[in-house]
Parts: sequence; C-alpha cells; structure tokens
Amino acid sequence: MLRLPQIGRIIAVFRPKATNNLLTFGLRTTAVAQKTQWRGKATQSPRESRSFAMSLFRGQAITDQIFPYPEVLDEDQKQTLTELVDPCAKFFEEVNDATKNDQIEKVDDETLQGLKEMGAFGLQVPLDFGGLGLTNTMYARLVEIVGAHDLGVGITLGAHQSIGFKGILLFGNQEQKKKYLPSLAIGEQIACFCLTEPSSGSDASSIRSRAELSEDGSHYILNGSKIWISNGGIADIFTVFAQTRVLDDKLGTERDKVTAFIVERNFGGVSSGLPEKKMGIKASNTAEVYFDNVQIPKENILGEIGDGFKVAMNILNNGRFGMAACLSGTMKSCITAAAAHAGQRTQFGRRLESFGSIQEKIARMSMVQYVTESMAYMVSANMDQGSTEFQIEAAISKIYASEAAWYCADEAVQILGGLGYMKDFGLERVVRDLRIFRIFEGTNDILRLFVALTGIQYAGSHLKELQKALKNPAANLGLLVDVGATRAKRIVGLTSGPSLKEYVHPDLTDSADKTAKCITLFGEIVESLLIKHGKKIVEEQFILNRIADSAINIYAMVSTLSRTSRSLEQKLPSATHETLLCNVFCEEAHDQVREYLKITKDQQKLKNFQKMSMISRDIVEYGSTAATHPLGF
Amino acid sequence: MNPFDEIAVEEAVRLKEKKIAKEIIAVSFGPTQCQETLRTALAMGADKAILVEVPAKEYETMQPYHVSKLLSKIAQEEKVDLLFLGKQAIDDDCNQTAQMTAAFLDWPQATFASRIEKTNENLKVTREIDGGLENIEVKIPAVISADLRLNEPRYATLPNIMKAKKKPLAKKKPADYGLRTPQCWHNIYVIYGLV
Repeated sequence: MLRLPQIGRIIAVFRPKATNNLLTFGLRTTAVAQKTQWRGKATQSPRESRSFAMSLFRGQAITDQIFPYPEVLDEDQKQTLTELVDPCAKFFEEVNDATKNDQIEKVDDETLQGLKEMGAFGLQVPLDFGGLGLTNTMYARLVEIVGAHDLGVGITLGAHQSIGFKGILLFGNQEQKKKYLPSLAIGEQIACFCLTEPSSGSDASSIRSRAELSEDGSHYILNGSKIWISNGGIADIFTVFAQTRVLDDKLGTERDKVTAFIVERNFGGVSSGLPEKKMGIKASNTAEVYFDNVQIPKENILGEIGDGFKVAMNILNNGRFGMAACLSGTMKSCITAAAAHAGQRTQFGRRLESFGSIQEKIARMSMVQYVTESMAYMVSANMDQGSTEFQIEAAISKIYASEAAWYCADEAVQILGGLGYMKDFGLERVVRDLRIFRIFEGTNDILRLFVALTGIQYAGSHLKELQKALKNPAANLGLLVDVGATRAKRIVGLTSGPSLKEYVHPDLTDSADKTAKCITLFGEIVESLLIKHGKKIVEEQFILNRIADSAINIYAMVSTLSRTSRSLEQKLPSATHETLLCNVFCEEAHDQVREYLKITKDQQKLKNFQKMSMISRDIVEYGSTAATHPLGF
Repeated sequence: MNPFDEIAVEEAVRLKEKKIAKEIIAVSFGPTQCQETLRTALAMGADKAILVEVPAKEYETMQPYHVSKLLSKIAQEEKVDLLFLGKQAIDDDCNQTAQMTAAFLDWPQATFASRIEKTNENLKVTREIDGGLENIEVKIPAVISADLRLNEPRYATLPNIMKAKKKPLAKKKPADYGLRTPQCWHNIYVIYGLV
C-alpha cells in the first residue's frame, strides 16, 4: 500500500508522452516486415511470448527456452547421429578437396556425385520422401562438419535445402511434396531460392518480377529476373517470389502482393546467366536467373496466394540456425590451425603460445566460438521443441556467428603471419569465403534493425496495454500494482528485474548476476526510448544498433551460462575450461552492454550521432573524402 | 573400423554385387560400442551382424587364440562358406587370427589376398608375399585375409547408415558358443555364403 502514491507519480511521468501509436513501424525491409504477421493481434491484447529475446525487451527473463540447456535428442537419435558424424567427416577429409573446388570455381563433379550418394542433399527431407529425416539439431551437427571443411560446398548444399526447397518442406501440400521431394532429396534435381532482384535487395517486398493469371485462369505467366542466385545456374527447381494481383477482401479492390511459386526449369522460358566471379565461396554457383513468359500451373503456388512474403521470411528464419552451426565448425578449424602454429613456432627463443598477445587472441577466438556453438544448438533445440517464436534468436545467432567467424579467421591469419597469408595454407580461402556470411540471407545491418524493432514493438504492445489500463485504473489494479512495483523498485534503486542465480551452477553466480543486471537495464532503456521516441524510434538507427548489440550480447550471455551450467552439473572433463570461457565472456559482455546502453542516454554521444550523419552527408555529396589534402593538392 | 577389416567388408560386398555371394554376416567381439563398427559394416552392405559382447575389462586380455576359437564356432553355427578377415589389427599387429581360425576349422586358408576371382567351384587368390605375388587356388569353404591392395573400400553413405539401423544385429555372449574365455578383438570378421 505504501508504494501506491509512487506508482501514481511514475505513471504520470510517462503518460502524456506515450500516446504515439507504437504498432505501426513502417520500415520496409526484408526482415522487419516479418512483424506484419502479428501486427493485427498486438492491437487487441498483447501476447505473452515464450521467447527469451522477446521478453528481454520488457526487461524480463522468460527462461523456459534457455534453462536448463535444452537437450532434445533421444537415445536413438543420439545413436544415429553418432553413426552419421564420422562417415560425414571422413568424406570431407578424404574425398572433398576445398582448394580444388575453389580453383575450378565449382564443386568437383566426382565430389558432387559423392555428396549426392552420401545423402547430403536431403538431410531434412522426411524418410518417406527419400531423405534422412534429420531434426534441426541433427542437421546442425552435420552442417558443422561441412563448415569446418568447405564453405563453398556448404553454400551449395545450403542454397539447395536450407532455402532452395525449404519452402516445399514448410508450406508445400502433399502433392507438391510427393512430386518434388524424392528427386531433390537425392540431388537428382537441385533447388534454389529466387528472391533478390537488381532493384530489390534488403527491401524484398519491392520485387518487380510479376506473375499474371492466364486468360483461362489455368496457370500463371511469370516474367522477371533475379540476380545473385546461389545454385541459379545449376538448379532444376526454383522457389520464386513474384508480384501477383490479389483481391483484398476488406477493400474489395485488387492490389499487388507477393506470391511464392515452385518453378521447374523445364517449364520453358527459364534461363540463367554465366556463373558470377566472386570474392569467395567460389565453388558455389551464383548466377542470374531470367523468367520469360514462364507458364506455371496453378497447383505450383507455394502456400497461399499473396502470402509469398510470409513464405520467404519463414524460409529464411528457418535456415539461419544452420549458419551458426556451420560457422562454429569453421571457427573450430581456424582455432585448430592457430593453436597448432602457436604451439610449435618458436621466436625469440620461446613458443608463440607463451606470449600474452597470442594468448589473448587464442582465448578470444575460443570464447566467441564457444558462444556461437552454444547459441546454435540452443536455437536448433528450441526449434525442435516446437517453438515458433525463434526469429529474434535465429537472427541473433546469424549475426553473431558471421561476425565471430570473421574475427576468428582474421586472428588465425594474424597468428600464422605470412604463412596464413599464403594460398597454400588454406586460411585465405576461409577468409574470402566468410565475408559473404555478413551479407547474405539478410545483411547483418538489416538483421540488427529486425532484432531491435521486433523486440521494441513487442515491448510497445505491452506498454500500450498499460496505457489502456490507466483509463480504468480501478478495474486493472492488479496490473498496475505489478508494473508499478517494478518501476518503483527501479527508481529507488532496489534490484527489481529478474534473477538468474537459481538457474545456474554456483560457480557462475557472478556472471548470472551481471547478466540479470543487463536485462533489467536493457528493459528500462527500451521503455524510456519508446516513451521518448514513440514510433519515430524506427528512424533512430544509431540507437537501434546499440539496442540490437546489447540484445545480441545478452542472448550470448544466457546461452553460454546455460551451457556451462550444464557442463558443470554433468561434471564434464572440460567443465573447468568452459567455466573460464563463460566467466570471462560474461564479464566483458556485461561491460559492453552497459556501454552500449549508456550511449543511448548520453547527450554528448547522441550529438556525435548527429555529427556522424553530417559527416556522411558531406562525403556522399562531395563524392569522396571531403577534407583538403595535408599537402594542399 | 580397422582398415584391413574395412577392405574385407568391401570385398565381401563386391562378391555379393557380382552375385557370387548370397549373404554377408558381419561379426565383432568386444564391448557394446563395437556395435557402431558393425553398423558401419551393415551400412557398407552386410546383411546382418553378430556382436559377441565381452566386457571392456575382459576384452583387454583377449588374444588371437580366443578370437579364432570363437570365430570358428560362429562359422560352423552359421554354416558359412567363406570367412573373410583383415590380415591384422593395427594396434598389436598380431596377424594370427585368420591362420588359427583356418586351423580350428580345418579349412584351407588364403592370407594377404590382393585379388580374388571365382573359378568354377574354387577361388583363385593372388597373395602378397615377400618378394612378389603368389597365385593359389583354394577350395570352399575357406578362410581369407585381406591385404591393403585388395580394393578401395566405399564410404558408408548416410542413407545407407539409416537403412542399416533396420538390419538385424544379434547380441550374443561367448557362453552362447560354449566358450567361457572372454574373447574380443577390434576386428570385424566377415562371413558370407556362396550361391
């Protein structure tokens, strides 16, 4: 009862400003448009998401998907997976030649044939359709092996099954599955995913390819062109996204909406360009694909007409976890190479590994690898548990993995010095191959906005409910007391926020406390940003990036805490080592998060953002660097 | 799987593909983990498998003598026509099991095989010996041990590994064959019947 006056005061502080409609962000981006799915629902009564990352934006910790570290494989699946891992690794060690694939800029014919026989083209196709029927977690484990050896092959396989025909798996009807999956599963036919167009990259809903219904209504006629399509030159089956005229039930008028189609090369009118010359993943075929009056039977619509955007985003969301698993394998190889060199090479009469500079590099590489691995298998497990709200987590894992892998490969080259720079050693290929991972399947920049805005929108929907409750305080007293108490504690400096202590092993208590503090602070900042900016927060990309980076770090902390706790509880031989990784990582991540969040309130730093906008504008206007040369000419 | 045993399995599978052999039984002695090795043999093309379980501790005391004894019993019980082994293990390199098994069974032996052909009722085997190659003919039933150059074993593909899970794998104990001495070897012994 004593707190009630305070609640009144606190609420009054933000009430006048919080009237912006927080639910109508209009940023049209590949990833952000995902939220259209639940925009409608949010205006009614906000859902309680079970996703940790979602709840994080409200300063809460919903931990059912995090603690304890999810174990989803039953004994039989574990046994199967163990049996699959060795032959798969052996194939990549003995048959596949990554250097050769890179040189000839395609996957060597014999290797490709071997991969098909291996079953690598249908890892997740159900057994009934001739695939291996692997779960996401099992898939992740095998993809990790691919990532450790050859990212070019990884993309060939990924473009085929992780996005190429994933749509048929997720949205295909029984006939479509029966017709296409068996030949795709054995690699007799290759698939690809056709979304990107010359004028439509991150802004995927702006595609111009168009499918018109034929006069007799029996089929669609597709015209348009797609660029940078992985497997585009070798594919037989294309998942194509195109604009279609769709009747809007509510308005009674027709408008353009994206629809997904399954297109066969032998429908006629499908052609592809020469393989693109690229920086890396050269073994993977990338080509333009043209559709010239391609006749698509109506039954080849994938999902519902007009639902193409949802189909595309779901395919991408479902594929991202694989990238994290794949790259944790790549990082492992980089670390192996670096560790071997550091342990053998002698300079100044000492082994490299005895120098602090090298030790820090190796430790940091191992930490980010550990974090990536922890995230990858947490997301895949959550997906296997049937979670449908993993889009923020999946996006975080993609961002984190691609940047961590880049860091790892770069530092491995640094440790190896000149040797690492030489083609023969193989690391330069890995560096080239890795660069694309920060760009494709949603650039990390777009995904950061996606993470921040999806979360903020979720938090906003709850804030809105609070506003509603305030109109009738008597009827909503329970809600108000709850929220009020939280805020009151926050203001008087008592720890309100979540505690993670009860979920982690005692050895990790400090790290858990730090993480919990980050979560509380994060929720507070998100709320104050919402109150300050309302829907205009969409335009605050400097700030949104800091929010995303904080969310990424916090998710990294909890994934790691959870995994290390399990290792300690199971008394794994590596538990002590893992504790080191976990505690150092959390300690540093905590400081980083605080720093990121502090910036959003620091007037000086905010001014810097404005200044940076000005600098950028000057440069673009000038067309190059705008400062006068020190020599004057 | 021991590489020589892998070669033995491969040769057995090839004989089956050439319709010379009818059925392939893969056999291993040792702790429960040995079944993973057997699954690989099944994935490569063996039809069924027998694991004679020997606890890890007893397994350490195993000698080729025990293995041979056990193997000969299984050969008789399963009424096989040909017993295929890797020429030696790659840890202790004993190179005794094939020879001793042939003795227990009183069957002809063709060790260090680098080429095998069917001629009428017999097998023509090229053996790698010191200083060259030796061609011999053996009557069936016989014991053959595989040398390095006999073939290049195939990879167990993932779909075949999945299918192998459905193939029968029988678990036995040495006592089932009337033997009390624990018997185990890391090797796979391939036994197949001729058409």
